[in-house]
Amino acid sequence: MIKRHPEPLLWVLFSAGGMLSGMLMPALILMLGIAYPLGWVTPPTYEQMAGLMANPIVRLALLGLIALSLFHWAHRFRHTLYDGLQIKHLNEVVAVVSYGTAVVGSALAAYLLWQVG
Amino acid sequence: MRADTQSSKAFVYTDYHPRWLRQPKHTYWWLEKPSYFVFILRELTCLPVAWFAVYLLLLIQAVIDGPAAYEQFMAWSASPWMILVNVVSFALLVFHAITFFVAAPQALIVHLGRTRVPGSLVLMGHYAAWAAATVVVIWLLGRA
Amino acid sequence: MADRIRLQVARYRPEQESEATCDEFDVPCPKDWVILDGLNHIKDQLDGTLAYRWSCRMGICGSCGMTVNGEPKLTCATFLHEYAPGPIRVEPLRNFPVIRDLIVDIGDFMRKLVTVKPWIVRDEERPLSAGEFRQTPDEMEEYKQYSMCINCMLCYSACPIYGLDPKFLGPAAIALAQRYNLDNRDQGSGQRMDVLSEHEGIWGCTFVGECTKVCPKHVDPAGSIQRYKLTAALDSMKSFFLPRGA
Repeated sequence: MIKRHPEPLLWVLFSAGGMLSGMLMPALILMLGIAYPLGWVTPPTYEQMAGLMANPIVRLALLGLIALSLFHWAHRFRHTLYDGLQIKHLNEVVAVVSYGTAVVGSALAAYLLWQVG
Repeated sequence: MRADTQSSKAFVYTDYHPRWLRQPKHTYWWLEKPSYFVFILRELTCLPVAWFAVYLLLLIQAVIDGPAAYEQFMAWSASPWMILVNVVSFALLVFHAITFFVAAPQALIVHLGRTRVPGSLVLMGHYAAWAAATVVVIWLLGRA
Repeated sequence: MADRIRLQVARYRPEQESEATCDEFDVPCPKDWVILDGLNHIKDQLDGTLAYRWSCRMGICGSCGMTVNGEPKLTCATFLHEYAPGPIRVEPLRNFPVIRDLIVDIGDFMRKLVTVKPWIVRDEERPLSAGEFRQTPDEMEEYKQYSMCINCMLCYSACPIYGLDPKFLGPAAIALAQRYNLDNRDQGSGQRMDVLSEHEGIWGCTFVGECTKVCPKHVDPAGSIQRYKLTAALDSMKSFFLPRGA
């Protein structure tokens, strides 16, 4: 019997989050964070953006992206703090804070995306 | 028999088992070699990933709060500091995507029947999907 | 091209000192000499007390691994002229306790290796009369790369995770476990999974990739570990959702 520990699941979430964020975030940040504010592309009006976000597929995609990205961050951040700064004595604290933040962030995303519809 | 109480737990050091030298790794090991530093940089790309997730949440909240909040959000993201943050994040996110896709074929061993799909093909598949996703996103967001 | 080169060799004499020191030697530098030739010259002509390991001098026994200018290398496969005009720093393999001069103790690896059962495990031994196992070239290709490991420990020396956490199973042990897991004559992957799936098994690895970079036999231990992460993760999820088996 394998001793149960959550590493496999956390790794799967990390991998999925890494894949999704790698695929989607560069283009999204290019548009939302650079092209729109600098006026390279006319930013959508409020109605257009609200309409886009009301779409259930868009909302589901955003939920998946945000939640998995946060778990990707949590897993990598925790390991980097452990290996990079060698704060072994704080290992449990870092784990709880990282994954806790990811859980809270995902719940918040679900709540907001429910509301925006 | 000489017992060396200063060093590690189990060993009793004798003339036939003298003290071994243990050199602990120092905290800034990742500054020793360029490849170690690039590794830590790759790991730190998780920060712009988290940042953009937060940015998306802020955008969604602004849309919920109404047209005024939306305009305010757009104005805030046009400020010089935000542009700088997002440009740096864009560069790091591209670095994240490339390093992640290059790593993927090592875990994803694909067999078609009994022949193994070469890693380079799996990598090309990832890049193709990336290109397709980018086109879709830009099309969706560019047709205002 | 200079005909001599300086070697800065780390020394550690536990009966005299409690820290490592450094001795410098000038050795001849013909084009075909490797670092090991330099060390042998030192031992034969300059300082007979230098202690180091070597055997086959052709890159197959895995004995002569040392840290050369900060990089783990097989000293029998690393040419002196690559580092001309020098000096060349020769130190013992990092991440291992130093017994004397350039000799390290790899007992930790030897103990870990046994725990992954690096042999063909069968549920039931076939009788001799059943004949030999037959394996197609494709079936051998599946594991052949991982069978090339010569236990030289360069990967453990390069791995920062092993340096930080000596409980980590390590690249070579996992690659060798995979060599048997992927061998279709073997039926023991279930038995190996317990050890590999521990916190300090594959899950300690953060895919730095240095192990694959320094491996002289192109075993690609990093790849073997990532591959096994996927296998173990899928298996873990399967046993979670279908606890009584699919």
